[in-house]
Amino acid sequence: MTLLDTEPIAIEAKKNARYYLDQAFYYTTLIFALTIAVALGWIILQIGITAFPAIEKFGLGFLTSTTWDPVRNIYGVLPQIYGTIVSALIALLVAVPLGLGIAVFLSEDFLPTFVSIPIAFAIELLAAIPSVVIGLWGIFVLIPFLRPFYGFLYTYLGWIPLFGSSPRGNSILTLGLVLAFMILPLITSISRGTLVSLPPHLRQGAMALGATRWETILRVLIPAGFSGIVGSVMLALGRAMGETMAAAMLVGNANRINISLLEPGSTIASLIASQFGEAGREQVSALLYAGLVLMILTLMVNILAEIIIQKFQNVER
Amino acid sequence: MTGLSQPNTPESDTVQLAKVWTSMRNLFGLFMTSLTGLFAVIAVIPLAAIIINVAAQGLPLINFDLFTKLPPPPGLSGGGLGNAIVGTLIVLAIAVVISVPIGVLGAVWLSEFGRGTKIAYWVRFSANVLSGVPAIIAGLFSYTIIVMTMGSFSAFAGGVALAVVMLPIVMRTAEEGLVLVPEDVRLAAFGLGATRFEVVSRVVLPAALPSIATAVTLAVARAGGEAAPLLFTALNNNFWSTDLFRPIATLSVQVYFFAIIPYKPQQDLAWAGALVLLAIILFVSITSRVLTRKRVY
Repeated sequence: MTLLDTEPIAIEAKKNARYYLDQAFYYTTLIFALTIAVALGWIILQIGITAFPAIEKFGLGFLTSTTWDPVRNIYGVLPQIYGTIVSALIALLVAVPLGLGIAVFLSEDFLPTFVSIPIAFAIELLAAIPSVVIGLWGIFVLIPFLRPFYGFLYTYLGWIPLFGSSPRGNSILTLGLVLAFMILPLITSISRGTLVSLPPHLRQGAMALGATRWETILRVLIPAGFSGIVGSVMLALGRAMGETMAAAMLVGNANRINISLLEPGSTIASLIASQFGEAGREQVSALLYAGLVLMILTLMVNILAEIIIQKFQNVER
Repeated sequence: MTGLSQPNTPESDTVQLAKVWTSMRNLFGLFMTSLTGLFAVIAVIPLAAIIINVAAQGLPLINFDLFTKLPPPPGLSGGGLGNAIVGTLIVLAIAVVISVPIGVLGAVWLSEFGRGTKIAYWVRFSANVLSGVPAIIAGLFSYTIIVMTMGSFSAFAGGVALAVVMLPIVMRTAEEGLVLVPEDVRLAAFGLGATRFEVVSRVVLPAALPSIATAVTLAVARAGGEAAPLLFTALNNNFWSTDLFRPIATLSVQVYFFAIIPYKPQQDLAWAGALVLLAIILFVSITSRVLTRKRVY
């Protein structure tokens, strides 16, 4: 029998060129996948190292000082932190009800799909418009349009400190309103995704108990999707705090803290954008310190948002 | 609004089954429906206003010179944004060359080899967090690693900054597309004796090509409009430059500088530049949308 005399066929992979190519491919993809995690760490480290001279010199006092004086090389970013947070809060105040309302309106079959899909698409396109174009539009169209409203606010509500100064166009309030429209697509699309992915028996159960459509939405669906909605709001907050070009063009870049929202202010991002180009060495270090503060603020918000959204998705499955 | 838990009043002997349109519950629903409908209309207004305004201001200024000439000195009219358009293409090309191979191959690992592993979880987590990092931080990063070491602002530094912006978008979108390729296709290829490299390069990647194109176009649309990371990496340049290691003009940065200059001819150029930028980005975004719809599987 010649058949039995043949060598047994090797089933295990032969270590030939094909095998090594395959191994090389596997490790290449693994290294590239890890690149993104490495990049995140490297960014924090690199900005921290370059900002170190300023961190050493000003310490945490940098966060509570209101002086920004390149001539004497004394730096503090309290007005910028204030402006960043206040403008982002105004944006959330406007965008959360608006975005959530639209998410409900588009997800709960109020409209036939051939109407709701183009609306959803239009709102997503809003996210694609470059912020520098929104800034340009803000300077030449939105600010002249808003001026009469600001005049009205000052004349009739001027007794409230928030509106207690004669209005300029460039102000924290203008930036907040523009940021609201820039983060609206994010809130709408994530909240809508959350509402759509809720199990249908929640809706059916509430309806079977005799709830109207809106009672179902407000008492069952929104509480059930709450963490997804909170996650979307956190992501939007991070986006609003980091927005640069619209801020640099619309906030007025005034290095002061003003209670009045109609006054010009400044944000961390707008400070970096408007000063980096002409900065000397110590100022660059201070600006990088400011960048590190912004990075830490947005990282905390984003990581929290990620955790909330992932928790929610795990519950769903 | 009456509650779900409120019991029927015992006095009522006949139960009303017909829907009463004037009951508080129905009026409330009607009110909420119209309110959220109004919200949807309000949200579309700024989009329409921006597109209409930019088109109205920019269209009369679109001419041949805009695409071929250099910008004029402050206060003078004429000229164009030719160098900025070329510069945008160069910087974007650098960013694509860096971010697309890393993003797509990283996505291959996530979808083909790393499913369900701890490493994949953290890679995905980093990608999501990185996509939330403000774009200006990407600029600062590129400044510290490239501009400071090489001693000059450059197109290359701008490309690296935009690559950081693009990388998480490419990786996450490509992964979503790769996961959609059915498992049977892979098993069939493995059954024929293909190695992992052959399965991915000959079967999975070609099948996922539309999704990968979507990933790249989405990232390009996002990065093409960014000015913040370029302000102190590519900087700006009033002259023609194709040198990768010299400062270079880009459309978005040019629009920013011309918008805040108090000269009418420059502001006009800003509007024309904004229109070109908006046209490119809307075209690319809509293309990526159409590509997504035409999934093979």
